Parts: sequence; C-alpha cells; structure tokens
Amino acid sequence: MSQWTHVCNQSDLVENSGVCTLVEDKQIALFYLPTENQVFALANFDPFGEANVLSRGLIASQGEDLYVASPLYKQHFCLRTGHCLEDREMSIQAWSARCIDGKVEISL
Amino acid sequence: MSKTKLVVVGNGMVGHQFLQSLADSGQLARYDITVFCEESRLAYDRVHLSAYFSGSSAEDLAMGDADTYRSWGLNVLTNEQVTSIVREANLVTTDQGTTLYYDKLILATGSYPFVPPVPGHDRDHCLVYRTIDDLDAIAAAAEQSKVGVVVGGGLLGLEAAKALKDLGLETHVVEFAPRLMAVQLDDGGGAMLRHKIEDLGVSVHTGKNTQLIDDGEQCFHKMNFADGEVLETDLILFSAGIRPRDELAREADLELGERGGIVINNSCQTSDPDIYAIGECALWNKQIFGLVAPGYQMAKVAVDHLNGGSEQFTGADMSTKLKLMGVDVASIGDAHGRTPGSINYTFVDERAEVYKKLVVSEDGKILLGAILVGDAEEYGTLLQYMLNGIHLPEYPDTLILPNRGDDHQTGLGVAALPETAQICSCHDVTKADVRAALDGGCCTVGDVKGSTKAATGCGGCAALLTDLVNHELEEMGVEVNRDICEHFPYTRQDLYNLIRVNGIRSFEALLAEYGSGHGCEICKPAVGSILASCWNDYILEKPHIQLQDTNDTFMANMQKDGTYSVVPRVAGGEITPDKLIVIGEVAKKYNLYTKITGGQRVDLFGARLEQLPLIWQELVDAGFETGHAYGKSLRTVKSCVGSTWCRFGVDDSVGLAIELENRYKGLRAPHKIKFAVSGCTRECAEAQSKDIGVIATENGWNLYVCGNGGMKPRHGDLFATDLDKETLVRYIDRILMFYIKTADRLQRTSVWMENLEGGLEYLQQVIINDSLTLGEELEQQMDLVVDNYQCEWKTTLNNPEALKRFRPFVNAPEAQDDNILFIEERDQPRPATREERQAATAEPIKLVG
Repeated sequence: MSQWTHVCNQSDLVENSGVCTLVEDKQIALFYLPTENQVFALANFDPFGEANVLSRGLIASQGEDLYVASPLYKQHFCLRTGHCLEDREMSIQAWSARCIDGKVEISL
Repeated sequence: MSKTKLVVVGNGMVGHQFLQSLADSGQLARYDITVFCEESRLAYDRVHLSAYFSGSSAEDLAMGDADTYRSWGLNVLTNEQVTSIVREANLVTTDQGTTLYYDKLILATGSYPFVPPVPGHDRDHCLVYRTIDDLDAIAAAAEQSKVGVVVGGGLLGLEAAKALKDLGLETHVVEFAPRLMAVQLDDGGGAMLRHKIEDLGVSVHTGKNTQLIDDGEQCFHKMNFADGEVLETDLILFSAGIRPRDELAREADLELGERGGIVINNSCQTSDPDIYAIGECALWNKQIFGLVAPGYQMAKVAVDHLNGGSEQFTGADMSTKLKLMGVDVASIGDAHGRTPGSINYTFVDERAEVYKKLVVSEDGKILLGAILVGDAEEYGTLLQYMLNGIHLPEYPDTLILPNRGDDHQTGLGVAALPETAQICSCHDVTKADVRAALDGGCCTVGDVKGSTKAATGCGGCAALLTDLVNHELEEMGVEVNRDICEHFPYTRQDLYNLIRVNGIRSFEALLAEYGSGHGCEICKPAVGSILASCWNDYILEKPHIQLQDTNDTFMANMQKDGTYSVVPRVAGGEITPDKLIVIGEVAKKYNLYTKITGGQRVDLFGARLEQLPLIWQELVDAGFETGHAYGKSLRTVKSCVGSTWCRFGVDDSVGLAIELENRYKGLRAPHKIKFAVSGCTRECAEAQSKDIGVIATENGWNLYVCGNGGMKPRHGDLFATDLDKETLVRYIDRILMFYIKTADRLQRTSVWMENLEGGLEYLQQVIINDSLTLGEELEQQMDLVVDNYQCEWKTTLNNPEALKRFRPFVNAPEAQDDNILFIEERDQPRPATREERQAATAEPIKLVG
C-alpha cells in the first residue's frame, strides 16, 4: 500500500518549472505542468554533475515524453520514470505525486 | 639516410609559402633547413600593406611566426642577407660572415621597386612602398607633409595612394602612361577608374613624364614634367613597377633574362639544377609574374620537385580582382583584345560609374578576356568561362548587362564547371578539391574554407564557393534541416520575424499559434531571448519564468557544485574605491571566492541560492547593477585608461566605454556580446578580439566588428573609420539589431560574419548604405530596448513573489543543501572534490563557510 506524504502546498509550485522540497533528508524536485494538470517528483541529485540541481532544470518534451534537462551538463531525465535519456545506467528515483485540495503529496 | 641541407634565401610571401608547402607535404623530416631573412620581420602580407595605415598592425599582416617555424624545426636567421653563392663548393656566404653548405638552394629574393633615374629622385622624402620599414618611413615623412605624390598609376601605385590618403595627405597620382592601370585596363576602364578615384579626392595626372625634382616654393619638392607643367609636393612615393632581385644569381653566373630575372624551367630550377628560383625574382618563359598566386604555385612546384614529384609550373593566369580605395576593379585574360579577330562588348553606365567589357573569340563562343570597373560581381563567373573555355550563351552581352529583374539567368551555374575548374586561385583549390572536402565530412561553407583554405586569400571567390558548396550539398541529397527543434518547424530567424511582426509577447502564444508539444531546453531559452530582444520585459514575469535557463532564472552563473557566481556591472572597468570596498566586504561576509575577470570586473563565486538576494540587496544598496554575466547579452565594454591619463591616448576611451556599456546593457542577443574601446592604436583594450571593437584615431573612432577570442579566435574586421560618436552609435545600433535579426541560435558574431553571404562588404552595404532600407527600423528597435532597460536584480528585490524562487527548499526555509562543501585553498574557498566530500561525511575536516 502506498502512503501519501504531504510535502508542500500547491501555491509553492511554479508553473512549467521546478522547485525543491526536503522530505526525510531526501531532496525531491517537484515539477508542475498545469496543461497536464500534473505534478512530477524526481530526485534532485544530478548523478552526472554530482550536485543537487535538477529542480532548477528546464522542462522539455520529446514526442509524448516529458523530461527535465539538467542545468549542469544537459542530460535529460524522464519526469514519469526517472530514466536518463542519454544513459540508461544513470537513471534516478521518481515518485508518484498528486495535488489534492491545494496540497501536494508524494507516495514514498 | 642523411638529411638534405636546404637553404632558403628570402622570407617574403612566396618564401613563406614554400616553407608552408614543405610542411604541408609532410616531408620536413627529410631536410635540414636554414632560412635567411634580410628584414627584421618574418614574412608578412605585402598585398594588404595599405591596411597598415587604416588600423592594421604589423602583427595583423604577419604570415610567418617564429613559434611555427621552430615547431617545423627550421633554423631562421633574420637581419641576415646572403651576399654570394659559391656554386663550385655549394656554399652561401652572408653579410654576417656566415658560410653555409647547401645541397639544394632556394632563391625567393623577390623584387625591388623601380625608381626612375630622374635627377632629384634621391632627395629626402622620396620614398618607395614595399616593406613595413618603408611604411614606417612614409608615416614619419607624412607627419611633416601636407601634400603627397605617388609616381606610378598601376596597381601598387593606387594602393600606395590609398595609404597616403589614409595618412591625411592631399594626394596626387602621376602616371607616365595615358591612363591608370595601363597593363590591366583599356582606355574606357582607365577613364572610369580615374573618374571614381578623383571623386574620392585623389588628383590624377596621366601622360606625365617627370624630368626633374628640385626645391619647391610652397612645398618641399617641385616636380617638373616634360610638358612644362609642375607639381609641388612634400612627399614622393615611387611605385613605378618592380624589378627582380637577381643580383646574387648574376654574380653566381646563373642564366638571366635579357632584362633581368632568373631563368627557370617548368620545375622552377635555374640553370644550376641544385638551385631553384621562385616568385618575383624568377623568369619563366620570358615572363616575370608580379602577382602572389603564381609565386605560390612556383613554391608548390619547387617543393614537389625536391620531394621527387613531377608537378610542373606551366604559367599562370594573371587575371586579378581587387578593391582600390573602395572601387572594384577586375581584369581577366586578354583584356585588351589582342587576339586576332576578337570581338568586344562594352557596357558603360556613367551614372552608376560602371564600365564593363567582354572580349570574345571571333566565333563568339569563347570568352578571351574582360574588364570590370565599379562593379566586379561577375568576376568569378567570367573567370570560369575564360579559364575553362566554357561555351558562352547565345548573347554574351547578357553576362555584363544589368539584371533588371526579368527572368534572364545570366550567372554560370556551378554545375557546368568541370572538376578541374579552379575556384580559388590564391590557394589553388579546384572544384574537385571542394567536393573531396564535402565527401570528407565538411557540411558548411565555413568547414570547407577551414579545410581547403579556399576563399581565405583575396576572398574574391567567396560567392562562387558558397554557390558551389550549396549546390553540391543539394546534389548529395543533404537536406539541411534548420528547424530550431521538434516543437517549431521554423529557424530561429523565422521565429524572430514571427514574434516581431505579429507582436507576440509570450512563449505560450507562440507555441499555440506556430508550435506543438511543450517546448524544450533548445527552443525555450531561444524564444525567451528573442522576446527579450524584441520587447525587453522583465525576464522573471510569470509567462517567461519557464523559459529561462537556471542562470537567467537566478540571475547568476551556476557552477559545478550547484552554487552560483555573482558579477556586478563595472561599466568600462571604472570603479571607485568605495565600491571596490563594498565588493570586498560582501565577498568577505558571504565567504565568496573572488577573481578578476577578463572583462575588467570582479566575479564572486560560491554563493548559495538563498544567499543571492541577500548579496544583491547589499550590492544594489551600494549602487551596483546586475552585470548580466549570466545572460546571452551584452557582457562588458573593456577599455584602456585612454587620453585622460595615458601619455599616448588620443581620445577618452573610458568615457566612451561607459557610455556604450550603459546604452547596450541588458540587450539580449543570440549569444553573448563583448565590446572594447582602445584610446589609441596601441590597442591595450584588445578591441580587435571583441564582437564590437572601437579604437580612437586622430579623427574620430575606428569601428571593428565580429572579432572573437575564445575557442576560435578571429580578428575583428575594420568596418568603418574616423567616425564621430553619433555615427558610431548609429552603426552599432544597426549592426547589433541586424545580428539579432539574422543570426542563428547561439551563434557568435564571428561565426555569423563567416556565414553571412557577401561578408563584410554586404554588412557595410546594409548598415552604412542602408541597402535594405532597414536602418531606421533597426535603430527604433534598439531605442525600445534601451528605453525599457531595468536592473533585473533591483526589480526582483522589490518583488516578494519572485524572491520566493530563491528558497532552496519550499517546505524547509532554514535548511541548507548539505552536499555543498568548501575547502580552503590559497586563502579562499573552493568546491570540495568528490573524495573530499566523501571524507568529510566519514570524518569532519577543516571546513570554511
């Protein structure tokens, strides 16, 4: 059974962009796409640059898939799965996320 | 095997080309090479000597450099002249007492300027125009002169006249023949050239035979002509043709021509098979070749022969195209129609001051020669017709008649050229060479230029080369998709025009109308940049937030560890002690690593996201503005201290730099833009390596454009000279906006210029002559950007909503990123390495911050 954890409020999100939250010592990046009415949650740590920066990347679509491009060396990470487009070995953790009554929740 | 001892006498353009060809052949290791150079300077570009007086330095003209020569393993002796050849013993001796054995000897001694033996020719201020030392002597003499005369109205003479004009003298050209450029032009062409040159303020005197030079009344000299007329002048430059430097060969009893020149065979060997002669000292088939291209060919042939090859020198085409004082002049093949039975076609437009002539064979099928004055656009096409014997169209005159918008195709299709057609005569690049370069992976004109050197000599073939490359790429089925990305089926330039013309103010509106998907890291910043170039709204306004790279979002430069660097604007590099102290105090307070940048300001590294607003509050309070170091935008205007302090300064470079920086700060562009302003020609601000470079002259400002340091250095092109400030700013407004309008995404001005069809000349047409009637529009667009300037940091600090973005964690305002760790090095913090970070988590080590 998944357990939903409240991490922040919807008003903390930035449309079509990312913010970062701290959940149980984990840095989790949240990306909000109003047209999809969706919030995505990914690890904030960029395994290539070894820095906590992914929440500060640009959101990019490729076909139907959505990615965040790392601000350091521009690798793409899938917003849904955490897969790295350039290197499968370097995938990062992704979580389910949702907005309910103005609150953002993640399934840890 | 022992090495062949090779001695090269002379290090002019051809001497240099010989060494270059030898290096290119990959056979350097076979030789033990000594080069004698009687001048103090190594080889330099004599063809563009007059540029020395319009802003270029000796370094700009340099071709050979000591480092390269050293890397080739050459022994180069400057200031040393070979004085004799002892053929029996294979020895040369020099004026420094050196005696050296050779297996093979290369004579590349060049030529000297012919000075007519007129009584008085050796008076003071009677000079020649051949070397950089000559130029220095001319410049020195010009300082005491008001009037200057060039004796000789040939190609070099007119170049020399330009030099005198650039030095600010009242300039005259005196020619013995009845017209200018008698060798290359006929009466009609010569008259048109004379007319155009006189329009530029140079007086031309033809049919003048100077008989005596003696003391003048108003001026230093008086020239007395055979027809009884006189001309007073302070300075006389002789440029009445060249004579081969053959004295060494003469004393060594090598075979010479009746009127001089060292006789060579098709392998460039003299009458002694161990001795070669190349360039202007050599006589082939009773001809001296006074152009550089044939000299280069001889150099290559000699190298090939030494290496055991069988290349032959079989003469050279003497066709030329050049720009004399801004006037296009070209002469092709049998320009005078000396071939029996030949037929002429002539076109004269006295209003536009254009003269064109074709000489065709008796049957009208083959082009024999041509003359173009005032407009030489057809040079490339005509030269190909002539060189390759391509059959002319039914009405050959269509080749020179103006194209008035009908469908008549007059240009020669590049498809019609044979494989052997020479595209670039300076570097002997054929159509086959270009195709091989394309097969080898070149994809653009720039690539081909780099790979083959085509169009990098005189540049006369640039348009032809572009046509050929485009044609070949099409033939190869290369469809160059220039769409910016999958979200917009448009180029950056298309998007710019769509946004500009339709007044689009947001990415979403553009995407809805012209795109698909969500956008990506390619198109979003590009559109963000275009929107900013057009409307200059606050970049963190809600619809624009999603477009900005992290650097633009947080208005700082992200470093490898996720921290940022901060650069306040220091316009022109001028800063008060108080402000310097503020920077120091801020850096100290936030424990920032500080470094002086190349753009004359201070970079503060290691700021955490949450520190940025605090740092900037202090900086803004102290009167600083954002430096846009993070943007694809104007960075800095570097300056030297200028006339205010410097003993040599000619004008106030700092003042102008500050004014320019304040005008263009905040201007967003396809890529970053750097300026510099130097207060004199010593160029301490290095303006020629900047996108926009300005150098003070006695009469105003010289403007250089599209220079670059960085990965691929490029000297800026001299765009315009002696401008007043108002004109200078107007040109810069237009150039920058035209660049923003037409450049590709992330294309620096240097690459933009390399790819601009028509190059510098085209840009000058657009900006100076307003050939596209865009000038006023471009200026208005720039005014809008300037009027809408705001310090983005100041705006952000006053915007609580925007400041929220600087929280590292939206749910934990006090927490910090524990992955960021600094180590002290040379008394300053630096980011920890991976190992240091790992060690720190195991066992705390000395931390700072």
